[in-house]
Amino acid sequence: MLRKRLESELQRLSDEVLALGDMVIEAIMESVALLKARDLEGSERLIEADRDINERRFDIESSILVLIATQQPMASDLRRLAAMLEIIGELERIGDYAKGIANINLMIGEEPLIKPLIDVPRMAEKACSMLDSALEAFANSDVELARAVPDEDDEVDALYNQVYRELVTFILTDPQHTAEQANLLLWVAHNLERTADRATNICERVIFTTTGGMKELDTHFESDLVD
Amino acid sequence: MERDDNAKYKMRVKELSCFYGPRPALTGVSMGIRQRQITALIGPSGCGKSTFLRCLNRMNDTISSARVEGKVTLDGEDIYAPHYDITRLRQRVGMVFQRPNPFPQSVYDNVAFGPRIVLREQRKRGLDEIVEDSLRGVGLWNEVKDDLDQEATQLSLGQQQRLCLARVVAVRPEIILMDEPASALDPIDTLKIEDLMRELVEDYTIVIVTHNMQQAARVSDWTAFFLTDDERVGELVEYGATAQIFTRPQDERTERYITGEFG
Repeated sequence: MLRKRLESELQRLSDEVLALGDMVIEAIMESVALLKARDLEGSERLIEADRDINERRFDIESSILVLIATQQPMASDLRRLAAMLEIIGELERIGDYAKGIANINLMIGEEPLIKPLIDVPRMAEKACSMLDSALEAFANSDVELARAVPDEDDEVDALYNQVYRELVTFILTDPQHTAEQANLLLWVAHNLERTADRATNICERVIFTTTGGMKELDTHFESDLVD
Repeated sequence: MERDDNAKYKMRVKELSCFYGPRPALTGVSMGIRQRQITALIGPSGCGKSTFLRCLNRMNDTISSARVEGKVTLDGEDIYAPHYDITRLRQRVGMVFQRPNPFPQSVYDNVAFGPRIVLREQRKRGLDEIVEDSLRGVGLWNEVKDDLDQEATQLSLGQQQRLCLARVVAVRPEIILMDEPASALDPIDTLKIEDLMRELVEDYTIVIVTHNMQQAARVSDWTAFFLTDDERVGELVEYGATAQIFTRPQDERTERYITGEFG
């Protein structure tokens, strides 16, 4: 095979992107587990660790730029690198969501939770499973899988709606004691919902890499209004 | 192997200037050539990069009007010292040229030419084995093994260039100088040569001159940018890791050259 240098570096960078993905998935799962366990120290550590995610993203980005500048990738190789640039941006942002959830845990502080967390961990699990599948689709250039993942977003949206209604009910019933925390928990749910959306974005990039077509995959949700 | 920031310097060049008659071609160049790495020399025509390359194995000695000032060391020894053995130097520092220049002989004899003269080792180790190893080393063995007696000039240009590399490799040099080794080749043969260079760099130190800066970017670990301007002829403007030169050049002239603003 010609251009071994380009090939091996493309493979290395793909592996790096997947490793970053694993870090981010772990951060999201951990952030929710810490919230549920009310582990404030753990959340502080997680906030610190977000730096590693950001650094790793910059390292990958700079390697991609070097590869584009030095190896002149073309066609599918170029699309794959362009996709990676997008994907690492999505992943870093998901890392920020995990950090946001950790911050919310600190903001709630010593206060007990107004409700046991049941649906929020489910959302985290579902969103992370979507993210995992999106990354698998990326790793294997699996267009079928990339097209299937966004359908799962409906479940995340349904869970989000459920959490939303529940929390709004709390606020309406006893605003004085619940409004602030309910609002914070709503942000947690929002971050998880966005995580799933970003998994969908990654799928779009996988399809672009493989087919060359740019297509928005519909996730039917009004939360596209905000980020 | 990829770029190694800790690779030791195989050759060191200090304040090297070269003149052809009264005319300067290279002015005060200092740089080190790292061992088992690929160093690319780039720059517009007349920038002194080929002159510099030819100073590394004293090819300029063959031009009577050429005069060299400064110091070039190989493993710490001054190659311009009065009694330095030039034949031995040319064996240690081999060279491949722009156009493939096989001898009008068989494929076998082309590769065996150097070892017959230089290597005493052939007594212990058969010449056949050296020829086969060298041809394998440049990825040519499978293409020529059935007819080693064929005329070298019958091969395709790309094959001829790899044969010339095999001829160099056969005398077991430490350094291989390449002066535009792919400029006469088509894109596929060019990529073959480049991949081959990445394999050879496991065992050899390589210095390549190329006017094709994309090629320098693709293949090298280190890049030196030479320039001739109104003030100086054959100046080394910038020398650094290839990844850095092509993404974050430090000198504005390098930036202008690699972004295509001049040259």
